[in-house]
Amino acid sequence: MKVVLNGEVRVVQSSGTVQELLHEVGRDTVPCAVEVNCNLVPKKQHGVHQLHEGDRIEVVTLVGGG
Amino acid sequence: MASIETCETSAIRIPPLRVGSFSLQSRLIVGTGKYRDPEQMVVAIEASGADVVTVAVRRERLVDAQGRSLLEALPLDRLTILPNTAGCFTAEDAVRVARLGRDVLEQLGNAGARWVKLEVLGDKATLMPDPVGTLQACAELTKDGFEVLCYSSDDAMLARRLRDAGATSVMPAGSPIGSGRGVANPEAIAVLLQVLKDPTQGGQSDFPVIVDAGVGVPSDVTLAMELGADGVLLNTGIAHATDPHRMAHAMKLACAAGYWGARSGRIPRKLLGSASSPWSGSFVHIPGE
Repeated sequence: MKVVLNGEVRVVQSSGTVQELLHEVGRDTVPCAVEVNCNLVPKKQHGVHQLHEGDRIEVVTLVGGG
Repeated sequence: MASIETCETSAIRIPPLRVGSFSLQSRLIVGTGKYRDPEQMVVAIEASGADVVTVAVRRERLVDAQGRSLLEALPLDRLTILPNTAGCFTAEDAVRVARLGRDVLEQLGNAGARWVKLEVLGDKATLMPDPVGTLQACAELTKDGFEVLCYSSDDAMLARRLRDAGATSVMPAGSPIGSGRGVANPEAIAVLLQVLKDPTQGGQSDFPVIVDAGVGVPSDVTLAMELGADGVLLNTGIAHATDPHRMAHAMKLACAAGYWGARSGRIPRKLLGSASSPWSGSFVHIPGE
Protein backbone atom coordinates (compact mmCIF):
# COMPACT_ATOMS: atom_id res chain seq x y z
CA MET A 1 0.00 0.00 0.00
CA LYS A 2 1.00 3.60 -0.52
CA VAL A 3 1.71 6.00 2.33
CA VAL A 4 3.34 9.42 2.46
CA LEU A 5 6.49 9.16 4.54
CA ASN A 6 8.25 12.40 5.42
CA GLY A 7 6.62 14.09 2.46
CA GLU A 8 7.39 11.37 -0.10
CA VAL A 9 5.11 8.67 -1.47
CA ARG A 10 6.34 5.26 -0.45
CA VAL A 11 5.07 1.73 -0.98
CA VAL A 12 5.11 -0.27 2.25
CA GLN A 13 3.92 -3.70 3.36
CA SER A 14 0.14 -3.84 3.68
CA SER A 15 -1.29 -3.40 7.23
CA GLY A 16 2.15 -3.09 8.74
CA THR A 17 2.73 -1.39 12.07
CA VAL A 18 4.72 1.76 12.78
CA GLN A 19 7.41 -0.45 14.28
CA GLU A 20 7.67 -2.50 11.07
CA LEU A 21 7.93 0.67 8.98
CA LEU A 22 10.72 2.00 11.22
CA HIS A 23 12.54 -1.31 10.82
CA GLU A 24 12.13 -1.10 7.05
CA VAL A 25 13.74 2.37 6.94
CA GLY A 26 16.44 1.50 9.47
CA ARG A 27 15.16 3.75 12.27
CA ASP A 28 13.90 1.15 14.76
CA THR A 29 16.98 1.33 16.97
CA VAL A 30 17.53 5.10 17.12
CA PRO A 31 15.50 7.62 19.15
CA CYS A 32 12.82 9.06 16.89
CA ALA A 33 9.18 10.08 17.20
CA VAL A 34 6.37 9.24 14.82
CA GLU A 35 3.24 11.08 13.84
CA VAL A 36 0.48 9.59 11.70
CA ASN A 37 -1.99 12.02 10.12
CA CYS A 38 -0.82 14.81 12.46
CA ASN A 39 -1.27 12.74 15.64
CA LEU A 40 1.61 11.50 17.73
CA VAL A 41 1.94 7.74 17.96
CA PRO A 42 3.85 7.35 21.23
CA LYS A 43 6.85 5.01 21.27
CA LYS A 44 5.02 2.38 23.32
CA GLN A 45 2.35 2.10 20.62
CA HIS A 46 4.75 1.72 17.69
CA GLY A 47 4.36 -2.06 17.81
CA VAL A 48 0.57 -2.06 17.70
CA HIS A 49 -0.40 0.99 15.64
CA GLN A 50 -1.50 -0.27 12.21
CA LEU A 51 -0.79 1.86 9.17
CA HIS A 52 -3.38 2.37 6.47
CA GLU A 53 -3.42 3.28 2.78
CA GLY A 54 -2.77 6.99 2.33
CA ASP A 55 -1.52 7.62 5.86
CA ARG A 56 0.71 10.66 6.15
CA ILE A 57 3.61 9.69 8.37
CA GLU A 58 6.31 11.87 9.88
CA VAL A 59 9.41 10.32 11.42
CA VAL A 60 11.33 12.99 13.33
CA THR A 61 14.36 13.37 15.54
CA LEU A 62 16.22 16.12 17.39
CA VAL A 63 18.63 18.35 15.49
CA GLY A 64 20.68 21.43 16.28
CA GLY A 65 18.54 24.49 16.99
CA GLY A 66 18.21 27.61 19.06
CA MET B 1 41.91 38.25 51.77
CA ALA B 2 40.95 35.99 48.89
CA SER B 3 43.39 35.65 46.06
CA ILE B 4 42.47 37.10 42.67
CA GLU B 5 42.05 33.61 41.36
CA THR B 6 39.57 32.73 44.13
CA CYS B 7 37.67 35.95 43.54
CA GLU B 8 37.35 35.16 39.86
CA THR B 9 36.17 31.65 40.55
CA SER B 10 33.62 32.74 43.14
CA ALA B 11 32.45 35.61 40.94
CA ILE B 12 31.36 33.30 38.17
CA ARG B 13 29.68 30.88 40.55
CA ILE B 14 26.09 32.04 40.55
CA PRO B 15 23.26 30.52 42.58
CA PRO B 16 21.11 28.08 40.58
CA LEU B 17 18.03 29.35 38.77
CA ARG B 18 14.71 27.68 39.45
CA VAL B 19 12.56 27.29 36.33
CA GLY B 20 9.48 25.24 37.16
CA SER B 21 10.70 21.85 38.38
CA PHE B 22 14.20 22.45 36.96
CA SER B 23 17.25 23.85 38.69
CA LEU B 24 19.72 25.47 36.28
CA GLN B 25 23.34 25.75 37.34
CA SER B 26 24.03 28.23 34.55
CA ARG B 27 21.94 31.29 33.73
CA LEU B 28 23.09 31.02 30.15
CA ILE B 29 21.10 28.65 27.95
CA VAL B 30 22.68 28.00 24.58
CA GLY B 31 21.41 26.67 21.29
CA THR B 32 22.91 23.81 19.30
CA GLY B 33 22.21 25.17 15.81
CA LYS B 34 24.45 26.70 13.13
CA TYR B 35 27.80 25.27 14.28
CA ARG B 36 30.40 24.30 11.68
CA ASP B 37 30.53 20.77 13.06
CA PRO B 38 29.55 18.83 16.20
CA GLU B 39 33.05 19.10 17.68
CA GLN B 40 32.97 22.90 17.55
CA MET B 41 29.53 22.85 19.16
CA VAL B 42 30.54 20.60 22.04
CA VAL B 43 33.60 22.74 22.86
CA ALA B 44 31.53 25.93 22.79
CA ILE B 45 28.79 24.51 25.01
CA GLU B 46 31.42 23.42 27.51
CA ALA B 47 33.03 26.90 27.52
CA SER B 48 29.65 28.60 27.96
CA GLY B 49 29.09 26.66 31.17
CA ALA B 50 25.50 25.97 30.10
CA ASP B 51 23.78 22.91 31.52
CA VAL B 52 20.68 23.42 29.39
CA VAL B 53 20.81 23.40 25.59
CA THR B 54 18.02 23.90 23.08
CA VAL B 55 17.33 21.56 20.17
CA ALA B 56 14.85 21.51 17.28
CA VAL B 57 12.55 18.76 16.01
CA ARG B 58 12.96 17.89 12.34
CA ARG B 59 12.33 15.08 9.88
CA GLU B 60 14.73 12.17 9.94
CA ARG B 61 16.76 12.07 6.75
CA LEU B 62 15.75 8.62 5.60
CA VAL B 63 17.68 8.62 2.33
CA ASP B 64 20.88 10.62 2.62
CA ALA B 65 21.61 10.32 6.34
CA GLN B 66 25.30 10.88 6.97
CA GLY B 67 27.65 12.16 9.64
CA ARG B 68 27.21 12.18 13.39
CA SER B 69 23.75 12.92 14.67
CA LEU B 70 23.24 15.65 17.25
CA LEU B 71 22.23 13.07 19.82
CA GLU B 72 25.49 11.18 19.35
CA ALA B 73 27.56 14.37 19.75
CA LEU B 74 25.92 15.87 22.85
CA PRO B 75 27.01 14.72 26.33
CA LEU B 76 23.43 13.87 27.30
CA ASP B 77 24.41 12.70 30.78
CA ARG B 78 25.52 16.24 31.68
CA LEU B 79 22.97 18.32 29.78
CA THR B 80 19.26 18.93 30.08
CA ILE B 81 17.72 19.25 26.65
CA LEU B 82 15.20 22.02 26.03
CA PRO B 83 13.30 21.08 22.87
CA ASN B 84 11.87 23.98 20.88
CA THR B 85 9.02 24.42 18.44
CA ALA B 86 11.13 26.62 16.18
CA GLY B 87 9.74 27.18 12.72
CA CYS B 88 6.10 26.75 13.73
CA PHE B 89 3.64 29.40 12.56
CA THR B 90 0.45 28.10 14.16
CA ALA B 91 -0.49 27.01 17.68
CA GLU B 92 -1.60 23.61 16.30
CA ASP B 93 1.76 22.90 14.69
CA ALA B 94 3.63 24.02 17.81
CA VAL B 95 1.61 21.59 19.93
CA ARG B 96 2.36 18.75 17.45
CA VAL B 97 6.06 19.51 17.46
CA ALA B 98 6.19 19.79 21.26
CA ARG B 99 4.60 16.35 21.65
CA LEU B 100 7.02 14.80 19.15
CA GLY B 101 10.00 16.32 20.95
CA ARG B 102 8.74 15.02 24.27
CA ASP B 103 8.42 11.52 22.86
CA VAL B 104 12.05 11.50 21.69
CA LEU B 105 13.31 12.84 25.03
CA GLU B 106 11.30 10.25 26.94
CA GLN B 107 13.05 7.57 24.89
CA LEU B 108 16.39 9.12 25.85
CA GLY B 109 15.42 9.31 29.52
CA ASN B 110 16.29 13.02 29.50
CA ALA B 111 14.56 15.31 32.00
CA GLY B 112 13.93 17.75 29.16
CA ALA B 113 10.85 15.67 28.26
CA ARG B 114 8.95 17.71 30.87
CA TRP B 115 9.40 21.13 29.25
CA VAL B 116 9.37 22.93 25.93
CA LYS B 117 10.58 26.22 24.53
CA LEU B 118 7.46 27.42 22.75
CA GLU B 119 7.95 29.39 19.55
CA VAL B 120 5.01 30.38 17.37
CA LEU B 121 6.34 32.76 14.76
CA GLY B 122 4.53 35.37 12.70
CA ASP B 123 6.57 35.08 9.53
CA LYS B 124 9.86 33.84 8.18
CA ALA B 125 11.39 37.25 7.49
CA THR B 126 11.11 38.88 10.91
CA LEU B 127 10.88 35.67 12.99
CA MET B 128 8.84 37.80 15.39
CA PRO B 129 6.62 35.79 17.73
CA ASP B 130 2.92 35.62 16.89
CA PRO B 131 1.32 36.74 20.18
CA VAL B 132 -2.11 35.15 19.66
CA GLY B 133 -0.75 31.78 18.49
CA THR B 134 1.80 31.76 21.31
CA LEU B 135 -0.90 32.39 23.90
CA GLN B 136 -3.15 29.63 22.48
CA ALA B 137 -0.33 27.10 22.33
CA CYS B 138 0.87 28.02 25.83
CA ALA B 139 -2.56 27.23 27.29
CA GLU B 140 -2.87 23.99 25.30
CA LEU B 141 0.60 22.70 26.21
CA THR B 142 0.18 23.62 29.87
CA LYS B 143 -3.06 21.60 29.90
CA ASP B 144 -1.11 18.72 28.35
CA GLY B 145 1.35 18.72 31.27
CA PHE B 146 4.26 20.61 29.72
CA GLU B 147 6.28 23.21 31.56
CA VAL B 148 6.15 25.91 28.91
CA LEU B 149 8.91 28.47 28.39
CA CYS B 150 7.35 31.03 26.06
CA TYR B 151 9.40 32.87 23.49
CA SER B 152 7.62 36.20 23.32
CA SER B 153 7.86 39.81 22.26
CA ASP B 154 8.94 42.30 24.92
CA ASP B 155 5.35 43.39 25.53
CA ALA B 156 4.59 43.39 29.27
CA MET B 157 0.85 42.83 28.88
CA LEU B 158 1.36 39.80 26.62
CA ALA B 159 3.92 38.48 29.11
CA ARG B 160 1.32 38.78 31.87
CA ARG B 161 -1.24 36.93 29.72
CA LEU B 162 1.25 34.15 29.05
CA ARG B 163 2.01 33.79 32.74
CA ASP B 164 -1.71 33.69 33.50
CA ALA B 165 -2.15 31.02 30.81
CA GLY B 166 0.27 28.83 32.76
CA ALA B 167 3.69 29.68 31.34
CA THR B 168 6.56 28.44 33.50
CA SER B 169 8.78 31.20 32.14
CA VAL B 170 8.40 34.09 29.73
CA MET B 171 11.29 34.65 27.34
CA PRO B 172 11.12 38.10 25.75
CA ALA B 173 13.16 38.67 22.61
CA GLY B 174 15.96 41.21 22.94
CA SER B 175 15.73 41.69 19.16
CA PRO B 176 14.89 39.38 16.23
CA ILE B 177 16.37 35.88 16.26
CA GLY B 178 19.87 35.80 14.81
CA SER B 179 19.95 39.59 14.30
CA GLY B 180 22.81 40.33 16.69
CA ARG B 181 21.14 43.62 17.60
CA GLY B 182 21.19 42.86 21.33
CA VAL B 183 18.57 44.29 23.65
CA ALA B 184 16.91 46.73 21.26
CA ASN B 185 14.45 48.16 23.79
CA PRO B 186 15.82 47.92 27.32
CA GLU B 187 12.96 49.98 28.76
CA ALA B 188 10.39 47.51 27.44
CA ILE B 189 12.27 44.62 29.05
CA ALA B 190 12.51 46.62 32.30
CA VAL B 191 8.74 47.24 32.28
CA LEU B 192 8.07 43.56 31.54
CA LEU B 193 10.32 42.53 34.44
CA GLN B 194 8.57 44.91 36.80
CA VAL B 195 5.11 43.67 35.78
CA LEU B 196 6.05 40.01 36.20
CA LYS B 197 8.25 40.30 39.27
CA ASP B 198 7.03 43.18 41.42
CA PRO B 199 4.50 41.97 44.01
CA THR B 200 2.81 45.38 44.00
CA GLN B 201 2.09 44.82 40.30
CA GLY B 202 0.73 41.33 40.92
CA GLY B 203 4.09 39.78 40.10
CA GLN B 204 6.35 37.30 41.85
CA SER B 205 10.04 37.99 42.28
CA ASP B 206 10.95 34.37 41.53
CA PHE B 207 8.97 34.11 38.28
CA PRO B 208 11.73 33.34 35.78
CA VAL B 209 12.22 35.74 32.89
CA ILE B 210 14.86 34.76 30.35
CA VAL B 211 15.88 37.14 27.56
CA ASP B 212 15.93 35.09 24.39
CA ALA B 213 17.26 36.02 20.97
CA GLY B 214 19.20 38.82 19.35
CA VAL B 215 22.41 38.56 21.39
CA GLY B 216 25.47 39.56 19.37
CA VAL B 217 28.13 40.44 21.92
CA PRO B 218 28.80 39.72 25.60
CA SER B 219 27.66 43.21 26.65
CA ASP B 220 24.17 42.32 25.35
CA VAL B 221 24.08 39.47 27.88
CA THR B 222 25.37 41.75 30.63
CA LEU B 223 22.75 44.41 29.87
CA ALA B 224 19.92 41.85 29.95
CA MET B 225 21.14 40.55 33.30
CA GLU B 226 21.66 44.08 34.69
CA LEU B 227 18.06 44.87 33.80
CA GLY B 228 17.09 42.01 36.12
CA ALA B 229 16.53 39.10 33.75
CA ASP B 230 17.10 35.70 35.38
CA GLY B 231 18.96 34.33 32.40
CA VAL B 232 19.76 34.69 28.73
CA LEU B 233 19.26 32.26 25.86
CA LEU B 234 21.41 32.60 22.76
CA ASN B 235 22.66 30.59 19.83
CA THR B 236 23.89 32.50 16.78
CA GLY B 237 25.99 34.98 18.79
CA ILE B 238 28.23 32.07 19.77
CA ALA B 239 27.80 29.63 16.88
CA HIS B 240 28.54 32.17 14.15
CA ALA B 241 31.30 34.05 15.96
CA THR B 242 34.68 33.66 14.29
CA ASP B 243 35.88 31.87 17.43
CA PRO B 244 32.83 30.23 19.07
CA HIS B 245 34.92 28.70 21.86
CA ARG B 246 36.31 32.04 23.02
CA MET B 247 32.98 33.84 22.50
CA ALA B 248 31.17 31.22 24.59
CA HIS B 249 33.60 31.84 27.43
CA ALA B 250 33.13 35.61 27.10
CA MET B 251 29.35 35.18 27.21
CA LYS B 252 29.67 33.19 30.44
CA LEU B 253 31.75 35.95 32.07
CA ALA B 254 29.32 38.60 30.77
CA CYS B 255 26.40 36.75 32.33
CA ALA B 256 28.17 36.67 35.70
CA ALA B 257 29.07 40.37 35.41
CA GLY B 258 25.44 41.31 34.78
CA TYR B 259 24.12 39.01 37.48
CA TRP B 260 26.34 40.49 40.19
CA GLY B 261 26.00 44.03 38.85
CA ALA B 262 22.21 43.81 39.12
CA ARG B 263 22.54 42.80 42.76
CA SER B 264 25.14 45.33 43.85
CA GLY B 265 23.05 48.49 43.91
CA ARG B 266 24.15 50.72 41.07
CA ILE B 267 24.68 54.43 41.67
CA PRO B 268 21.92 56.77 40.59
CA ARG B 269 22.31 58.34 37.16
CA LYS B 270 23.08 62.06 37.35
CA LEU B 271 23.22 64.66 34.65
CA LEU B 272 26.30 66.34 36.05
CA GLY B 273 29.53 65.10 37.59
CA SER B 274 30.48 64.16 41.13
CA ALA B 275 34.20 64.29 41.93
CA SER B 276 35.90 61.13 43.18
CA SER B 277 38.80 63.09 44.71
CA PRO B 278 38.15 65.41 47.67
CA TRP B 279 37.77 69.16 47.22
CA SER B 280 39.05 69.77 50.73
CA GLY B 281 42.78 70.30 50.70
CA SER B 282 42.73 71.48 47.10
CA PHE B 283 45.19 74.36 46.63
CA VAL B 284 44.55 75.32 43.03
CA HIS B 285 42.23 77.82 41.39
CA ILE B 286 38.68 76.42 40.99
CA PRO B 287 36.58 78.22 38.33
CA GLY B 288 33.59 80.03 39.84
CA GLU B 289 35.07 80.06 43.36
